Amino acid sequence: MVTTPAMPPTSTLIQVDHVSRDYRLGDTLIRAVNDLSLQVAAGEFLALLGSSGSGKSTLLNLLAGLDRPSSGAIHVRGQNLAALDSPGLARYRRETVGMVFQSFNLLPRMTLEENVELPLRLAEVDRPERSRRVAQALDRVRLSPRAKHRPSELSGGEQQRGALARALVNQPSILFADEPTGNLDSATGEQILLLLREIQDTLGMTMVMVTHERPLAERFANRIAMLSDGRLIDQIALPAGARA
Amino acid sequence: MKPRDLADLAVRNLREAILRNSLTTLGVAVGVASLVAMLSLGVGLQALASQRLAKSGLFDAVFVTSRRDFRGPGDGPPRKNPAPHGNPKPLDEDARQQFAKLPNVVDVYPQIRFFTDIRYNGNSYSTNVLGVPESRTASAFEGLTGKYFSSPTADEAILQTEFAKELSPQTASLIGQELVLRYAQRRTASPDEISKEQDIDKQLDEMMSGGISIVSREKKLRIAGIVDSDPSAGIGGFGGGRVFLPLRIAEQLHAAQPNDVQDFVRGGGSGKPTYAALTVRVKSPKEVTQVEDAIKSQGFSTFSLLDASKSLRLIFTVFDLFLGLFGSLALTVASLGIINTLVMAILERRREIGVLKALGATDGDVRSLFFAEAGAMGFVGGILGVTLGWLIGQALTWGTTIYLRRQDLPGVKISYVPWWLALSAIAFAVAVSLIAGLYPAGRAAKLNPVEALRYE
Repeated sequence: MVTTPAMPPTSTLIQVDHVSRDYRLGDTLIRAVNDLSLQVAAGEFLALLGSSGSGKSTLLNLLAGLDRPSSGAIHVRGQNLAALDSPGLARYRRETVGMVFQSFNLLPRMTLEENVELPLRLAEVDRPERSRRVAQALDRVRLSPRAKHRPSELSGGEQQRGALARALVNQPSILFADEPTGNLDSATGEQILLLLREIQDTLGMTMVMVTHERPLAERFANRIAMLSDGRLIDQIALPAGARA
Repeated sequence: MKPRDLADLAVRNLREAILRNSLTTLGVAVGVASLVAMLSLGVGLQALASQRLAKSGLFDAVFVTSRRDFRGPGDGPPRKNPAPHGNPKPLDEDARQQFAKLPNVVDVYPQIRFFTDIRYNGNSYSTNVLGVPESRTASAFEGLTGKYFSSPTADEAILQTEFAKELSPQTASLIGQELVLRYAQRRTASPDEISKEQDIDKQLDEMMSGGISIVSREKKLRIAGIVDSDPSAGIGGFGGGRVFLPLRIAEQLHAAQPNDVQDFVRGGGSGKPTYAALTVRVKSPKEVTQVEDAIKSQGFSTFSLLDASKSLRLIFTVFDLFLGLFGSLALTVASLGIINTLVMAILERRREIGVLKALGATDGDVRSLFFAEAGAMGFVGGILGVTLGWLIGQALTWGTTIYLRRQDLPGVKISYVPWWLALSAIAFAVAVSLIAGLYPAGRAAKLNPVEALRYE
């Protein structure tokens, strides 16, 4: 493991410049992300590592276009997310980004395939194309036999794989994962991360994952960005051999 | 999102909280039902009144009298257009022909009503006879048992139910039976005719009467039918007839009319028969004013009920407005139910809204989804409400009919749901629901996705 200072990657996909995100809690101003700058290269697997309240999830939400920075700029493929209006941000989330959550967030009254189909409905993809892409996404996460099941009928690992299929179905260029193994046992969590890396290798996607489990980050990521009190305190580039 | 997908998601969401959404929809349905029931009552009563009045033939008719200031006791206010000085024009056969030639006039006929004595089964009954013009069809009579006049010159009579009951309690058995009409015939006697008479007493009688004679006659008539009521009862101030004859038959009888004596006194017995009043039937109520003016210009007095019809419409419009307002009140309460349900749904589905937004749903998509749910509740509630309102109306009609039948009166349809009322009520329910959905939909759309996703 080699510790290096922040280095601009060769082909920058995401450029974070002096981003801060403030929250007001009564009279107190809380700075969840504090003047943070970071680059993510295309095809990279970046792990955001930090303890609870370090600002890693807030940063992920800002990168995923779910939230806006209080100051600073986030450029994705040259487009400043902070300057996008609400429909523009929605389009970014729909077309560029896939998102996986700790608690899976599958809609309970829909079957797995209907959940996976949801982003395609929002993107107004035609029905025959939708069916084809849903089948492909479920096949990729090896859940085709469970397509007609509701989330409550699936195990935690299956639900997260289903959520992964939903995140991939719109063929995004970046996948954001917020503690994807947080609600899973270690073996299942490892399976999910193996799947994530397999997908990254196959599709050449860029991945940004929030985790507080350093061993997992070291095993699967290309680089670790360490956060504390909303600041980037260290970046660790992992040699290719470190990836198991 | 495409409309089909939006509708699909909305229906899914509505099905999810089926009990709550059904109750809310039922609230809308009850609101719409009260509105529809109220308005159907207004429309039904208006239709009933209009139908009755149309059947009475009052609104497409001009009543013509000679311009004579003959007024009974209890004069009332002074006339606006008093009779001109000099001799007024007589309302005779010539005048009748003239009116018939006017444009848009369908029929001109006299009011022939006279007192008579009916002989049936050896008994005698006093009553009034009314001549029914050819232009009036069977539909003008309500509750007709038996048949209408087989021809305008048939020696037939139709009896009013109450009178028929006097003749026989089993009124149906009267149909086809014969009765004898005894009446006073007016004869115009010329001086020559008088001198030819041999009976000196008779001559004296007739000389004393000054030129008209009244003789007792009889006419045999077959009872064709029995009718509940006389649709033109009371019009013209003579009271309703209890025995109806075809007008032509009634005219042929030359029965003595109440105005004969008046004519005689006024004209000194000119010998030409005149009418107490003529009814001029016009193609449609629109032409009434024009025909009325034309007749007035010929020197006759006229009267029509057009103004009364206008006031009636105004009264019903105000009545409908009030009924509508009361009905809308329930729908307003129902709209509060929609707001409540959707606000609750936002709280429950906060996380789902967050997921939708994270997956790329725009604020507009979320807003449309809530709108679609509100609209769907309004639409289904509207259809249910119209059905329920119609049923309430039917129940009211049913109840009223039972009550009327107990009073020996014919049943009436007091509630009526025309297609425009049904469609408007559904559209109104959807519109009210969408307005009720404005606030919840706006609130859902503005939800911050990060906060929504954090919601447990």
